[in-house]
Amino acid sequence: MRVCKLTALLLLVLCLCGGFIPKAHAQSLDDALAGFTTDDYSDTDKAITDLAASGNPRAADIIGALQEGRLYFNGDAKKVYIKDKSGALQEAATGAGATGISADDLQPVRLNNRLRRTVDAAIGGLTLLSKDPGKRFDAAQSVFKSREESALPTLEAAIAQESDPRIKRALNEARAAILASKADVAENVRVGAIDTIRGRGDQDALGLLSGIAASSEGPVRNAAQAGMSAIRAKIALWNNLQNVWYGLSLGSVLLLAAIGLAITFGVMGIINMAHGEMVMIGAYTTFVVQEYIRSHNPALFGMSLFIAIPLAFVVTGMIGIAIERSIIRFLYGRPLETLLATFGLSLILQQAVRTIFGANNREVGAPAFMSGTFDFGGLAITYGRMWIIVFAIIVFIALQLVLRLTPFGLRMRAVTQNRRMASAMGIDTNRIDALAFGLGSGIAGMAGVALSQIDNVSPNLGQSYIIDSFMVVVFGGVGNLWGTLVAAMTLGVANKFLEPFAGAVLGKIVLLIFIILFIQKRPRGLFALKGRAVEA
Amino acid sequence: MLTWLRKTVPGLGALALAGALLGGGAEAADTIKVGILHSLSGTMAISETTLKDVMLMLIDEQNKKGGVLGKKLEPVVVDPASNWPLFAEKARDLISNQKVAVVFGCWTSVSRKSVLPVFKELDSILFYPVQYEGEESERNVFYTGAAPNQQAIPAVDYLMKEEKVKRWVLAGTDYVYPRTTNKILEAYLKAKGVAPDDIMINYTPFGHSDWQTIVSDIKKFGSAGKKTAVVSTINGDANVPFYKELGNQGIKATDIPVVAFSVGEEELAGIDTKPLVGHLAAWNYFESVKSPENTKFIKEWHDFTTNPKRVTNDPMEAHFIGFNMWVKAVEKAGTTDADKVIDVLPGTKAPNLTGGMSEMLPNHHITKPVLIGEIKGDGQFDVVSKTGMVPGDAWSKYLEGSKDLIGDWKDKKCGNYNVKTNKCGGTS
Repeated sequence: MRVCKLTALLLLVLCLCGGFIPKAHAQSLDDALAGFTTDDYSDTDKAITDLAASGNPRAADIIGALQEGRLYFNGDAKKVYIKDKSGALQEAATGAGATGISADDLQPVRLNNRLRRTVDAAIGGLTLLSKDPGKRFDAAQSVFKSREESALPTLEAAIAQESDPRIKRALNEARAAILASKADVAENVRVGAIDTIRGRGDQDALGLLSGIAASSEGPVRNAAQAGMSAIRAKIALWNNLQNVWYGLSLGSVLLLAAIGLAITFGVMGIINMAHGEMVMIGAYTTFVVQEYIRSHNPALFGMSLFIAIPLAFVVTGMIGIAIERSIIRFLYGRPLETLLATFGLSLILQQAVRTIFGANNREVGAPAFMSGTFDFGGLAITYGRMWIIVFAIIVFIALQLVLRLTPFGLRMRAVTQNRRMASAMGIDTNRIDALAFGLGSGIAGMAGVALSQIDNVSPNLGQSYIIDSFMVVVFGGVGNLWGTLVAAMTLGVANKFLEPFAGAVLGKIVLLIFIILFIQKRPRGLFALKGRAVEA
Repeated sequence: MLTWLRKTVPGLGALALAGALLGGGAEAADTIKVGILHSLSGTMAISETTLKDVMLMLIDEQNKKGGVLGKKLEPVVVDPASNWPLFAEKARDLISNQKVAVVFGCWTSVSRKSVLPVFKELDSILFYPVQYEGEESERNVFYTGAAPNQQAIPAVDYLMKEEKVKRWVLAGTDYVYPRTTNKILEAYLKAKGVAPDDIMINYTPFGHSDWQTIVSDIKKFGSAGKKTAVVSTINGDANVPFYKELGNQGIKATDIPVVAFSVGEEELAGIDTKPLVGHLAAWNYFESVKSPENTKFIKEWHDFTTNPKRVTNDPMEAHFIGFNMWVKAVEKAGTTDADKVIDVLPGTKAPNLTGGMSEMLPNHHITKPVLIGEIKGDGQFDVVSKTGMVPGDAWSKYLEGSKDLIGDWKDKKCGNYNVKTNKCGGTS
């Protein structure tokens, strides 16, 4: 805070000086640039403020380059260069192409957090009148944060000529932020400004108002406190919605992890401890696909997940079928042995992946449509989480359709309801078992593609989901896909409502106790299957 | 055929075993065995495999220089598989059967605690290379990683001074290292006049992956009009989703900086660090440090692993210091006998990789500089602050139960000597 004010003061003084001696531009630009060549944070700080105050048209470009890490200097020659987006070097002072200088002699101008704030504030002041509406909006936001008093005249000018209502509001809020936090402004102006900030109604506004309330008296303080409680009430309302959203997001992850298990464990009755490893292999498939795309066809990167989804399904599905044919089919009806065999298998798969890919986490990138956030009222919704919810629902619907509408689904349901009768009707139960296990594993693999976007791609990925998956399937009712859906969403939302009060560790314990009690009361889960096959 | 096999296989096994024992016995005469006790499989393999590699490299380098006391060093690698009881079994195997002169190993505190009784009983030496919660000083263990006063406290000081932080989130994984470190930090912050309302403590389970609620809580906590920072003792794998969520919710280092004690070059290798630029880490070493020793070390590492992309990190430097101290101590003592080496080690000096000399202290901790680094876009750190040599405290000065205790194995021969009552607290 003190740094901000100090910079503000410095800016103001420099602004005034700059205003009086316009001829000094070229001189002050070179002087300012020299500050970048010493590799010293306080010199760089001074250089940024000097540059911003110089009023030189190059200032915005130079500071912009600094913000993006494209500003380089040569300490011996005391020269500063900008590397443009194509990698070519320009002289910072003139913008002309630089010749006879190699990138090896240059060092980047280093920034720390304090300087980054100075840079943001300077950029904010410099781009308020930019032609690009996006830049103007960002500038208004950074002025709102920095509350740079020297930006006030530019801000007034920007407000007067702004036509976009969204940006105009942001500019007004920025102006209000400066006025409200200035102690020497008339009280009624400050109170008016506080009302504008109150209208913004988000966390930043709350933070600003509580700062003002702590440092002022009389009507200003009262107005700030009233504003705070209004914003708090609004935020509290959105918080509940936010919890629901976070819960659905967690629920969709649980659903994805559990739905394959709902088939192998729920429908076929196999306790498959290697289920998590199928998820893990799906995630590694995504990694391999992305590596291949990176080295062969980088333009396809945006599509990498769409390529990885069917591929992961096929890879893990095949592995699933192989496991069923080679191990599990000899163990039908012996749950304890199945449990031990698949647990051993999970360790083997983990170590195999560790040997092939190494023990370290692998980086799986997020395509453009998966990254970033958008605001929905008071909620900040991340695209990645949103698409995972959508994906989970699509997978669920697709699976229901396969089970309800295809001949394979019909046979599978027949086999699980009454194996001997199905066999008598001419269904090849062995084949159906293998395919069903492959289907469950394949879905786990697709879940792995989604989870690679939010979790570590490491050999241990599967382990963290296996317990949760069993919990969801048992809670939802064994053998019922709808139960799995409802259970996943219920557990997700309940977890997210518990977490703020109980903390992540206790929240999980409370949930586990609840499930234990619930299973005592209803051993067959939420949606129990009925009929002779189950009773037998 | 089958019966023949059944009869012969155990016989063959016995033969092989006898051969191995004989061979081992013959070799032991002209080599010194060095035990390496790091998990090569299981959850901790991600961190510990690298340390095994770096030990192999250091031993290889030393052998090129002619070994120690005219004998070659022979590494003995075992895999305790991230399984704590197995650590104790493997340690016993290394000391009793393999007759190693010294062991370099362990990562988690629980594995160190698990092998401790073995090292005491069989009187051997363990070099422990990882930053830990302190509150321990044992005769048989040499702690070359950072104690809390060599990492956590200087990091908090930096945030107070440079970032003017007034409000603190102490976020950690729910186990002994974060709990103890946060207890020390809480006491320290309160001693510095921070109000209890301005401290938020949050624990999460191992491998926590859904950070949405916690990150939005941090955001809320940070919007009280005071500069806020997060001090993170979040361990291992949980960090990646944590940082991803910070990036997703738009928390930038310029708004709420996060300073981490368990995030190094190795952990960042698995994530896109662009959204994390400016977040901090406190260590005693960064790969980006420019010093002749470090340049040489990195080159040797790349040559040894034949992979120019392998990063170096802080626990690797700790092994580098510890190994060189042990070599010097053995040469000074003229023997690898554990008792003699333990007596000689305090006061031994060895260069660290940041251009200074580290010294083994009587409490079996070492002196090291504390570095604060900001994460850069390429997964490396930009050092923004470096202190002078800080001596490691075995017992924290800020905790009620331990502020009067010191570890002194030179004069007092005691790991928890109470300077008020002038009594040894009775080593168990």
